[in-house]
Order: sequence, then structure tokens, then C-alpha cells
Amino acid sequence: MRDYTIFIPEYIAAGSAVGIIGIELFWPKFRKDWLAYITAIAALGWLVSGLFFIGKDPNSFQGLIRSDDFTTYFRLLAASIVIVVALMSATHMRTRTKTVAEYYGLLLVAGCGMVYMAAATELLTAYIALELLSFSLYILVGYLKRDNLSSEASLKYILLGAFSSAMFLYGMSLIYGVTGTTYYEGIAEGLTARGSGTDPAVIVGMMLILAGVGFKVSAAPFHMWAPDAYEGAPLPITAFLSTASKAAGFALILRLFTGALIVDAAEWRWAVAVLAAVTMTLGNLVAIQQSNLKRLVAYSSIGQVGYMLITIAAIGYGDAKVGQDASSALLLHIAGYVLATLALFAALTAAYNRTGREDIPGLRGLAETQPFLALVITIALFSFAGLPPFAGFATKLFMFQGATTDELLWLVGLAVLNSFISLYYYLMIIRQMYLFDPVGDISRWKVSPVLWCLAAVLMVGVLFIGVYPGPAFELTERAAQPLFEAAGLGSFQVQQP
Amino acid sequence: MTFDEGQGYVVLATIAVPLLAALVLVFTPGQQKMLVRYISAVTGAIVAGLSIYIFAAYQLDGSDAQMRLQWVWVENTAFLGKDGITLNLAVDGISALMALLTGIVAFAGALASWKLDFRNKDFYILYWTLLAGVYGTFFSYDLFFFFFFYELAVMPLYLLIGVWGSTRKEYGAAKLTLMLVGGSVLIWIGIFAVFHEANLGTFDMEQLWAAGRDGTLSPTFQKVFFPFMVVGCGVLAALWPFHTWSPDGHMAAPTAVSMVHAGVLMKLGAFGIIRLGIQMMPAGAEFWMPTLMVLGVIGAVYGATAALTQRDFKLISGYSSVSHMGYVLMGLATMNQIGVTGAVLQMFSHGVMTALVFLMIGALYDQAHTRDLKDFGGITKVMPLWVIFYSIAGLANVGLPGFSGFTAEFHIFVGTFRSYPVFGALAIFAAALAAAYMLRLFAIVFFGPFDVRWSDLKDLTPLERLSGGMLIASIVIMGVWWAPFTDRVGQTVTLLPGVTG
Repeated sequence: MRDYTIFIPEYIAAGSAVGIIGIELFWPKFRKDWLAYITAIAALGWLVSGLFFIGKDPNSFQGLIRSDDFTTYFRLLAASIVIVVALMSATHMRTRTKTVAEYYGLLLVAGCGMVYMAAATELLTAYIALELLSFSLYILVGYLKRDNLSSEASLKYILLGAFSSAMFLYGMSLIYGVTGTTYYEGIAEGLTARGSGTDPAVIVGMMLILAGVGFKVSAAPFHMWAPDAYEGAPLPITAFLSTASKAAGFALILRLFTGALIVDAAEWRWAVAVLAAVTMTLGNLVAIQQSNLKRLVAYSSIGQVGYMLITIAAIGYGDAKVGQDASSALLLHIAGYVLATLALFAALTAAYNRTGREDIPGLRGLAETQPFLALVITIALFSFAGLPPFAGFATKLFMFQGATTDELLWLVGLAVLNSFISLYYYLMIIRQMYLFDPVGDISRWKVSPVLWCLAAVLMVGVLFIGVYPGPAFELTERAAQPLFEAAGLGSFQVQQP
Repeated sequence: MTFDEGQGYVVLATIAVPLLAALVLVFTPGQQKMLVRYISAVTGAIVAGLSIYIFAAYQLDGSDAQMRLQWVWVENTAFLGKDGITLNLAVDGISALMALLTGIVAFAGALASWKLDFRNKDFYILYWTLLAGVYGTFFSYDLFFFFFFYELAVMPLYLLIGVWGSTRKEYGAAKLTLMLVGGSVLIWIGIFAVFHEANLGTFDMEQLWAAGRDGTLSPTFQKVFFPFMVVGCGVLAALWPFHTWSPDGHMAAPTAVSMVHAGVLMKLGAFGIIRLGIQMMPAGAEFWMPTLMVLGVIGAVYGATAALTQRDFKLISGYSSVSHMGYVLMGLATMNQIGVTGAVLQMFSHGVMTALVFLMIGALYDQAHTRDLKDFGGITKVMPLWVIFYSIAGLANVGLPGFSGFTAEFHIFVGTFRSYPVFGALAIFAAALAAAYMLRLFAIVFFGPFDVRWSDLKDLTPLERLSGGMLIASIVIMGVWWAPFTDRVGQTVTLLPGVTG
């Protein structure tokens, strides 16, 4: 039976998207920042409708799309991100462009793409969801069309994105050629039936898929687009790129690699481990040399992706227990990372609205002129670096602990070393804010109430997860459970070559 | 609620009161500078009172961990089994003494910063956060929280030194922070390895210590990972050759931060070596302790030699701290009852003594704005009380009988002679060097020809007398009546694995 009820939350989101575009079409004088608030309210409706799915029995739509706690987790995450990004954009976009309805509409659509990347259990569906997110983002990144940097970023993103999609598709076709199906369950069965001999088609196929999704989460060496896209995009979209886009990429990776490719883990796990090592080291080392805040955040988030990839390698190396532990911890880390990133960008947007500068010295003396923003930025950065009592400390500790297997201890060590490197360039930002006196206008200024509340709420969230991670961890554990009890995978076994 | 449980809340209060003070200060208007000072002074008094209570109430009945408080934080989730993470606070003989030290130094430091005017609200927020971290580390019996509080204590230092510091403050702050966090990287890796190897699904330290004793953590594993823990903590304890942050950091830090940092924070490092090294990996300790002994001796001799050639007050104290922490490491490395007890006593003794030294340096520097020895002479004429206070600290530093330094160093030397006679001789040589650099400082600054430009220097303020008086009282009490100290520490040291009688 076709059960369409599992799509209701996205009906709300996509319907609102159409409605918002309609409002501006038929009522061009409508206040632009109100559109942002309407978007936020629509996303709130989306979030609330998503809450009804918590704890419901898993449900599959024709084997293409699964609705379970894992999907629900990413649905709630997507809706929350859209709410925050929409609120962040209100003032920022109104002063920079005339028409904004498509911007907010595409934001909602991109969020839906993220949900279905998490929900897809079939390769083509996953691909379409991924493209839905990507195409929305191509436009959003280039939305400030009179800004050369924005257009350049968009073009670069489109070209490299198309290239990676082609790799992803080619990898899919090879896997399809070997197993004769595009359903995750079928692929798992097909790979099991194939035996454990080395098959170039399987290895090449998996590597291409890995490259394709590696591009989406901007893992080195497929990260080239990220710094330019981050730099050119409007600030709130940079926030969206570094949270939603990455979370969606990991949702797809988790579903695909645990559901379909796990039986041949021996073929890809070493590659993921290497990818993780390269990504975190490169991201953090290059971040040191950046002078533009957005580029710095881009490289720092590449470093974060490296840490997160360790858990995927751990899923390949460990048994079902390790996989379950590692993915619960990964989901928790994603939540903490998203909170801290959004807090950082809420504060940066407020500072940018005032100063119009996005280089690091632009924050000079912020502790004197706007201590609250300086505090939020510091907390977000310390959270990235993994210092207590902020979210990053607990979530990173859990994530690395979950991923510690005998084979991967070296990688965990490298990751901890990398967090140490990252502290250096975070301190360089904090130094500008606290150690130097402001230049020019040194009077205190006020942050707009919306951004102030947004930053405050996110900051409290970062503190809460950092100090009392228990409840959040229990939730993410439930969200990760469906991955490892999916039908047809009763015996979660890695074939040894 | 039993009496012991009730006392558990006293232990919790030592962490909660500073945090609460920081929170209250966040919502205090920054212009109300006097209000900020009063809040901090009251917090300091409460914390000192709680610490003295904990030290006094620690029972000498042979039981190790007392005043326990246990709250489950996360359990039965993912890799965390029963008691996965608990806020598990308790006091043993060592942490009772460390708490006393922290209370006294924290109170003295809060009073010493009274004169501070530039953004003093932010200063005290960070200051009390740091101290909450220090107390938390001393009392945590859970590895997660141990590391949580350990990092919490290190984190505020960057801003405390960078914003309120003096000479080359940016460099000193960055160097200190990066080296200390670099050390915690090693601890962090060690924690992952221990949790994974023990495979108990819990961060409870007592269970992990048991795992270390009964071989669940295999001897090979312990030998490999012992250096991670000890070097990681050793950076904070100025273990040679990872001590280089100490002179630069101390030179840059403001008075109260120097007091707390040299007085208390460096002890966290040595404390970590006991908790994560000796208690968790006895087999590793047995294997590596001779190496630690060598490094400790090098630190003791090197620090004293370097101090002999310096001209800056704070650099002398910075290097002298390296030297004294070298004694602590030597004491720990002896692995016999008297040596380890001496190490813990030295942690206390050096803490109060060095806090007093930095307090005095601050009192002088605030007026003179120079710390070069050669600029001074005949200060006795204008600041007699200052000279007396400084002399007491200096003589305790040298290890003169009647002061705490003697008690501690005597224990360490006896312990070292029992285990490693050659190194014992070297340690005494280092003590002689300490006398040399201290007397050199006395000769140049206190006596010598008086320079008229110092004729309007004021002597100590009442608040400085009060905080200095507390520190001197601790130095003298431990010097003449050390039984309460040695009894408490000894009771716990006896129970440490691998420590001989």
C-alpha cells in the first residue's frame, strides 16, 4: 500500500515554499523581512509535524523512502536549521537584494532535499534528493547576482558539483551492474551473494560513490569548491552550507554505507580512514593561513568533516555494536556542531550587518564594542576546538571514543592532534576580539533583538549539550538504531576477504 | 541522608560556589567595580572556609575516599554501560591537602586583585571559572569529569594572561595555552586508549584503577600509554623539557593569575600523574619511574641554575618553580612512602610559598613598573614589611627549618636517598643553588645602595598584608607542626599501588 502520510511534513515545507514565492509574485510590495519570518513559521510547522513521527513504527514507501527515527532526526535538524537561517537572513538579505521570495522558497526546498537524502533507501532516490539539495544551493550561493564573488562561487560550485554528480552516478551504475538492483537491501544481498573475491567493478564503483559523497561533505581532496563557495555566498547561506549540506551528506553516507555497502566494508574502509586523515590534516593546516573569516570557517569545517569521517571508517572496521555506538555519537556530534556553527554565524551576521567586514581583523576589539557577540563567537570557537564546558568537548569525546577500535587508534590520535592545531587559529580570532582595542568608532552598539535572541538560544544549547549531554545522547542513540536493524540485514556481518 | 553524604555537598559546593560567583558576575553591571570586588572577596572567603572544613573533616580512620557524592550523568547509552559517566566527587588525603591549598591561594589571589581596575568583572568571571575547574579536577573520581575540569581550568588562562598580563603577554599567553593544551592532547589519547582497553563501559576511575591493578589493562599496554598520561600532565607540572612555557607564562601573567597558576594549577599536573599514572597504570609506573626521576633531577638542577642568572623577579620565580616542581616529580618517582608523601607536601609548600612570592612581586611592580633586580637596592628602607614577607617566602623556598619547604624537601630527600642515592645528592646540590639565587636576590634588592627614585614606594596595603598573612601562616604551620599534613597524605599514599613502605 502506498502510504503518503509519511510525506506530510515535507508537503507543508514545499507548499509554504510555493506560497512564499506566490506572495511576492502577486504582492511585490510585501515587506521582505516578513517573508523571512513567514519562512521561519512554516519551518516551525514542518518541525512540529515532524515531532509526531518520533517513536512511530518504521514505514517504507515502496522500498524507496524509509520513515523511521533516523529520518525523523534529520527532519527535525533540517527544519531547525531552516528556521535559524531564515531568521538570520531577515535583515541581511533585505538590505542586499530586492527580490527575496525565491531565496526563502529555495531554503525550504533545500531542507526537503536534506530530509530525503536521509530517508532514501534506493540509489536513484538518494541521487535525486542530493541533486534537489545541490541545485537549490547552486542558486542560493549565487543569489547576490550583482556581486562578482557570489556569481563566481556559484559557477565554481555548479561545475565541480556536476563533475562529482557524474562520478556518483557512474559509481552507482557499476554497483547496479554487479548486483542488478538499486535498492539498498538488494545491493547488500547481491554483494553477499557475490562472495568475497576482489571485483574491480565493485571497488571502482565504491570509490566513485565515495568520491561523489566526499564532494558533498567537502572531504579533501574533493574540497576545492568549499572555500570559494563559502566566501562568495551570502553569510546565512554560508551557515546553511556548513551545517545542512554537511549533515545531509553524512545522513546519506550513513544510510548507504550501513544499509548497502557494509557487507563489502573491507573494500572501502581503509579508503575512508585515509580520506579522514587527509581531510582533517589539510583542513586544519590550511585554515591557519586564512585571513578571511568565511574561508577560515570553510577550512575549519573541512577539518570537522575529517573527524566525522572517522566514525564511518569505524563502522567499516567494527561490528554492529561499534557501528551503532559510532553512529549515535556521530549524530550527537553533528547536533553539537550545527548548534555551534549556527551560533557563530548568527554572531558573525550581526557583526557584518554593522561593520560590513568579513576579514578577521574586522572583529578587532569586539569585546569592547559588543561583548555579547564576542562571547558567542568565543564559545562557538572553543566548542569547535573541543574545550569544556561547551558541546564540542563532550560530543567529540564521545565520537572519538565510539570510533576507537584497535585499527583506528592512530586515526583518533591524529584527530586529537588536529583539534590542538585548530585551537591555534581559533585563538587568533579570539585574540583580535579580546586583546586589541577597537579602531574607529569605539562606542557600544546594540544587536538587533532577533539576532540577539537567536545567538543567546544557540549559545545556551551549546552549553547544555556540553554540560549535560545525556538526554541528547539517548535521543541520537535511538535515531541511529534503525540503521542497524533494517529489514534483511538481520545478520550484520562484514565479510572478511 | 548520612553525614558522609551531607559532606559530599560541601565538596560539590567548592565547585558550585565559584561557578555561581562567575554566573552572578556575568549579570553584574561592569561599571559597579566595587560590587564586583565584594562579590569576589565573599566568594573567596566562602571557598577558603569550605576548603579548610574539608581538610579538617577528613577522617584519619584508614579509609581512602571520603565525603562522596555520586550523580549519574549518562548511563546505558551507546558504549556507556552502567555508571558510564557519573559526577563522582570524593576526597582522599591528597586532594584534601590540595583543596586546602586551593582555598587559601584562591582567597589570597582574589584579595590581591583588588587594585585591578580594567574590566575587573570579566577578570573575576574567568578567575572563578578557572578555580571551579581546579576544585573539580582535585575531587573528580570520574575520568570524564576529571578531564572536563582539567581543561576547564586551563581554558581561561589565555584571556587572563592575554588581556590583563604585562611583559610580552600575547606571546606568553599563546605559548602557555598551546603547550598546556598540547599536553592535554596526550592525556586525551590516553583516555581513549584506557577506556577502549579496559572495555568496562564506564569512566569511573575506581573501576579503571582496579582494572590497572588486576591486569585488565595489560602490562604492555600500561608501559606504552603511561608516558602519554605522564608527559601530558607533566607539561602542566613543568616537567623538563616541557617546562619552557613556565618562565614566559609567569612573566606575562598578572599577579593573581601567577599566584593561582604557579600556586595551584601546576599542582594539577603532578596530581594528574598520581591519578592517571601511578593509580591507573602501576605496571607502567614501575617501568617508567626511573626515567621520571632523571627528568625530575634535571628539572630541579636546571631550574635552579637558570634562576641564578636571571634579572627579572618573575623569571627567577618561574625558573624556581621549575626547580621545585622537579622535586615533586622526584618525590613521586621514588615510589616509596616517604618520598611520595614528601612530593605531595612539596606541592602544598611550593603552592603557598610561590603564591606569596608572586603577591610580593605584584605589590612592588604595581608601584615601580619594573621588575629588573638591578634597578633596585636598599628597599628595606621604604618597604620593611614587604622585605619581611618576601624573606619568609624566600627562606621557605630555600628549605630553612621551621618553614614548610623544609618539611617537604626533607621527606623528598630521605625518600630519594632510599631509592636513588646518587640523585639524592644532586637534589641537595639543587637546594644549595636555591639558597644561592635567593640570597643573591636578597642582597641586591633588600640591601645594597639605596636608590632615591624609590623613596616614595609605599609598603604593603592592609589587603596585601591579610592575604600575605594567610599564606605565611600556612607556611609556618606546616613547617613546625606537620603531623596533620603528613597523616592525611600518608593515609592515602600507603594505599597507592606500587608504593613501598
